[in-house]
Amino acid sequence: MEERTISLRDGMFQTSLYQAGSGDPLLFLHGSPGLRQGPYLEQLAEQFTVYAPLHPGVGESTGLDHIDDIVDLALYYYDLMDELGLESAHVVGHSLGGMLGAEMAALCPHRVRRLVLTNPVGLWRDEEPVLDFFTLSAEQLLPYIVHDVESETVKQAFARPDSPDAMMEGMFQRMQALTAAGKFLWPIPDKGLKRRIHRIQAPTLILWGESDRLVPPSYAEDFRSRIRDSRVVILKECAHLPMIEKPDEFVSVVAEFLNG
Amino acid sequence: MKLHFFHLMPYRFLPDDFVEKHRSVWVDVPSELFDPVKGHQIYNENLDELEYAAQLGFDGICVNEHHQNAYGLMPSPNLMAAALARRTENAAIVVLGNSLALYNPPIRVAEEFAMLDCMSGGRLVAGFPVGTSMDTNFCYGMPPATLRDRYQEAHDLIMQAWQRPEVFSFNGKYTQLRYVNIWPRPIQKPHPPIWIPGGGSVETWEWVARHDHMYCYLSYFGHQRGLNVMQGYWDEVERQGKDKNPYRAGFLQFVAVSESDEQAEKDYAEHAEYFYNRCLRVYPGFADAPGYRTMKTVRAGLRAQFERQAAQAMSGQLKWKNFIDDGYILAGSPESVRQQLEEAARALNVGHMMVLLQFGSMPPELVRKNTELFAREVMPHMRSVFSEYEDNWWINPLPEQQRASPQPVEMAAAPAGGGS
Repeated sequence: MEERTISLRDGMFQTSLYQAGSGDPLLFLHGSPGLRQGPYLEQLAEQFTVYAPLHPGVGESTGLDHIDDIVDLALYYYDLMDELGLESAHVVGHSLGGMLGAEMAALCPHRVRRLVLTNPVGLWRDEEPVLDFFTLSAEQLLPYIVHDVESETVKQAFARPDSPDAMMEGMFQRMQALTAAGKFLWPIPDKGLKRRIHRIQAPTLILWGESDRLVPPSYAEDFRSRIRDSRVVILKECAHLPMIEKPDEFVSVVAEFLNG
Repeated sequence: MKLHFFHLMPYRFLPDDFVEKHRSVWVDVPSELFDPVKGHQIYNENLDELEYAAQLGFDGICVNEHHQNAYGLMPSPNLMAAALARRTENAAIVVLGNSLALYNPPIRVAEEFAMLDCMSGGRLVAGFPVGTSMDTNFCYGMPPATLRDRYQEAHDLIMQAWQRPEVFSFNGKYTQLRYVNIWPRPIQKPHPPIWIPGGGSVETWEWVARHDHMYCYLSYFGHQRGLNVMQGYWDEVERQGKDKNPYRAGFLQFVAVSESDEQAEKDYAEHAEYFYNRCLRVYPGFADAPGYRTMKTVRAGLRAQFERQAAQAMSGQLKWKNFIDDGYILAGSPESVRQQLEEAARALNVGHMMVLLQFGSMPPELVRKNTELFAREVMPHMRSVFSEYEDNWWINPLPEQQRASPQPVEMAAAPAGGGS
């Protein structure tokens, strides 16, 4: 994928963006620890023009100080779409990115063609709280977010970096990304989406791994009942990371939905 | 140098199997372990201990703020300071302090500190900690990414609230007030001395030195481990072209004085082990929320104090020998403590030494012994250290003749029968 940097609002933001493919524009919004590497983006790029930006404060993307909350972040992404010349796009958001995608679709319904929310955060029920993943190391978190820690796909995706320096750097990157995520999710990831979600008009796919222990799959119904044109697909033997755990299934379900 | 008596007010009755059964002394420590009747006893004992220290001539008596914490029973140090203001006369009342970002609006701190300064006749030292990650991010729900920004804004507001005579408006990012005009105002002008407890973050050194506040490192791990943090601070002071006056700095040190080195171990070992093994058991996930430290500090390789503490407390049973060998506790005969303390103060270049003479499960009789021995046998020998420097970070109380003091309650006037 091509990696480039886009400057927004007279340099207030420098946005790192991965871009690949051709076809209808697809904005992929990543979750809290940053953009997860895997073949899924390139597979999607076989059918769509994929734009996968890093959120402000993540990796080389700057400008987190100029964003206070999730609504600011959603509007920032409309600035990015303006800069990319996209009047509208499909939006696919994972976890924090799902919450963000829902906010975008609620704020400017006509600019989101079709919306995919995969294992999104953003709603809250006391009886079934979202995991406080901020208190867990990457290693501790793993059993909550994948169905099978022993599977080859997972082992490969979460292989330890080969040098201590690379491991250290990975920890810094994760900490930096979670710092940014904390701005939108701390201490409880319920920041007003419930007051805006009814405005979503885009046909919406709510995708969930059935073994997700970070955001329990029962939240799928909370999203479905609030979004008028929405449907739920639950993936078996899959938890919080469908695009990593079940990349082929993830890509085919998403592509089929987006192609309407 | 000045010597201050610091109290953490630990709960003394955590069960022996605490470490095996519970993951953290902080944040999610089970409420059923707290007995309010014992709490009644502890608060009264601890206030007695602070008052006794004041009576024995300590320069200051220190209290601090923690939340949901079994080794620090002071969610509100200001309540303790208010009680102390009435029953002490000369000691500085050092509140270390109020975690500014946790007060909404933060002028609450300006108000309460002004009350304390008036009540005590100008004896307040105003401490402004950021607060630990446990206290701020986990117990009080503050997002880590904005904590320091919020803290700094609160600081600016409070400093203005104390110093600007006119009614003004404050249009901050976190606090908006149309009419800032606090009543009462502090006695000390332009404001009470400001002490900033820090844990070794690069930005705090820079910020404290720039504002000419006093920096104190409240470490539980003694002078040897404290050296690199204090060195970082002094390097920054020098870089900003300011004098290395030792009164710009404070340090917390555990001290255990007894008749001899052997007796010190007999007296204090059990209580020190209680503190280091039980009280410092902090679940690592609470020790350092992502964003609590800035990336600059993280990359500088400075690990948070509590991350270290937690790792150590989790690592198993620390013993008296560890505390002594590594300098966590300065212990022994008065002669031995005198020598160690002076060396430590000179090595750290610290003019305000805060000693912790009650730690862990130490009962009142033993606290009394430690306090008395320290005050009579150690303190007088320390007075001349750093006497060549002027302390610009010290209280400026009212002269004796202007001081009010509590009057005895008139017993005879009570109406018979009471009530209505």
